[in-house]
Amino acid sequence: MATRVTRRPIHEDLGLSADDIRSMYRTMVTARLVDEASFRLNRQGKAAFVVPVSGHEGCQVGTAWALERGRDVWLPYYRDVAVVLVAGMTPCDIFLGLFAKADDPSSAGRQMPSHWGSRRLGIISHSSPIASQMPHASGIAYAMKFRGEDSAVGCWFGEGATSEGIWHEALNFAGIHEVPAIFVCENNHYAISVAQSKQMAVENVADRAAGYGMPGVVVDGNDVLACYAAMKDAVARARAGEGPTLIEAKTYRFFPHTSDDDDRTYRSREEVEEAKHHDPIHKFEHYLRDAGVMGKDEVEPIAAEIKADVDRQIDDAWNAPDPDPDSLLRHLYAEDDPA
Amino acid sequence: MTEKNVVTAIHDTLHERMAADERLVVLGEDVGARGGVFRVTQGFLEEFGERRVIDTPLAEGAIVGLAVGMALHGLLPVAEIEFADFIHPAFDQMVSEVARMRYRTNGDFGLPMVVRAPWGGGVHGALYHSQSIEAFYGHVPGLKVVVPSTPYDAAGMLRSAIDDPDPVLFLEHKRTYRLISGEVPDEPYTVPIGPADVKREGTDLTAVAYGLMLHHCLEAAQRLDQEHGISVEVVDVRTISPLDRETILASVRKTGKAIVVYEDNRTYGAGAEIVATIAEEAMFDLDGPLVRIGGPDVPAMGFASNLEHAFMPDADLVFERMLELARF
Repeated sequence: MATRVTRRPIHEDLGLSADDIRSMYRTMVTARLVDEASFRLNRQGKAAFVVPVSGHEGCQVGTAWALERGRDVWLPYYRDVAVVLVAGMTPCDIFLGLFAKADDPSSAGRQMPSHWGSRRLGIISHSSPIASQMPHASGIAYAMKFRGEDSAVGCWFGEGATSEGIWHEALNFAGIHEVPAIFVCENNHYAISVAQSKQMAVENVADRAAGYGMPGVVVDGNDVLACYAAMKDAVARARAGEGPTLIEAKTYRFFPHTSDDDDRTYRSREEVEEAKHHDPIHKFEHYLRDAGVMGKDEVEPIAAEIKADVDRQIDDAWNAPDPDPDSLLRHLYAEDDPA
Repeated sequence: MTEKNVVTAIHDTLHERMAADERLVVLGEDVGARGGVFRVTQGFLEEFGERRVIDTPLAEGAIVGLAVGMALHGLLPVAEIEFADFIHPAFDQMVSEVARMRYRTNGDFGLPMVVRAPWGGGVHGALYHSQSIEAFYGHVPGLKVVVPSTPYDAAGMLRSAIDDPDPVLFLEHKRTYRLISGEVPDEPYTVPIGPADVKREGTDLTAVAYGLMLHHCLEAAQRLDQEHGISVEVVDVRTISPLDRETILASVRKTGKAIVVYEDNRTYGAGAEIVATIAEEAMFDLDGPLVRIGGPDVPAMGFASNLEHAFMPDADLVFERMLELARF
């Protein structure tokens, strides 16, 4: 059975400075404000499609923070706004994708928004079919081990992904070859509308880790430091050649699956409101206050400052050029690419 | 020059590239200890070790998906699908990932990888060890799909496929493995992906084919020449996608008659695209009807010898249809 992390983490014990946790907090708030702005833009008719992150900021920032830019490789899925912020994307990059602009770093306006990718940042491009990135993670991790690197792969997905055969196939291979991969399940209990109870007969995704010969860890996904702690241990194991880990972060999505979904058809408002009492951002604010790292009166100014910055980046992205229609036929093969 | 059959040419070439480039890995079912069910990787495990010769779990989607990951991180994977018939679980990886990684990232990522798959009938393979899959993947932009049919082309095109910065589906006709032999240079050479090849020059009609059917066409052409003085030009398609329309059309414009032969189910097969190309581009150069020979539209050939024979076009059938067309 999976290990359940219950100990309340303390940032100093995890090697995090006051500046580190302030940065983590700001990244979570940025993700939330990007989300709220994106929905606003959707309702204004400026953004055709939005995949929200709200509710997942804790598990995303907490797990992603344990990887290193320029060293490790990130395989996010479509809800991972905060993961790609940690990996180095800017809000402007995200809005360039949202508006399908020529400079969208992920796909130059070819893919739907939130289909992340950037070779420069080590963010591996992914598609829409669920769990299709899983074997890529195992293959990259195999190559890291093959090349004698002390780098690691982070691979994120929802609990619905764990029903796909390729999810099993990828973890199975990772376990056999003890590759440096960390598989992070952001379990928000719904795959669009299908509840976890109809997705699996077990309580914890992480319990399945036993079937792949790797540790499984269940963690409170709304506790950013708990997520960081679990990921930090897993990354250390990966770098030490001790193989992969499956982490399950229990969390909740506050918004519908996407801007085209209506979650009132499958979740009660009471359930959603109750979940908001466990908002990872509020939870972290309490911690920061208790630790003396941030004053209560700082919350609003920080949010206002980040919002002004996000709004400016929205304008930059909105004013960027659209793709050239002639680009439709380019980049099918390498010979189509200029050197 | 050394006389080799197709499977030996592939084995020797893959071995040569493995020895030359440390980044090259092979992965698939039974490629290690067993050396591949067709012996293509025979001796590789002992020589190159299990890091580079990977006996994977029995999961085709993972074989292709793992190769994607390896290709993204500095390795040059050559994945083997044990029989082309078993590639279907990997269809999503092939179509959604392999074929469009470069396109969907606007050229940011590329996938230098090869997926090898033995295909085709004539080996008592029945419904699930005999199928043709080239049309499924020829329909997918972003993949290169090749079907070399001689030892020379197989070796030369395998080098090209491994050197290619983009993914190549490398289809090897099982019946040709040990049936077809030919001279193969001992020094490395390449045969480019893309160009079709005129395997036999002629003036009266053009036959277009690949795989085992190419050899049936060559045999029928030889007999037509000897028995009837009819001169048949035989074009080896070699690359299903991207298709070399120019070579096919140039031949048809020269001879004025065309017969297209393939062993896949007739409807929507690769030959249908070739026939459509000729009809679109060379209609007014034709002196006779376009002739298409394909397998019947049943799932695949049966195990019983006579059922297999009834499914697959053979040299006699090709001969008769060529004669008919020549006399039109």
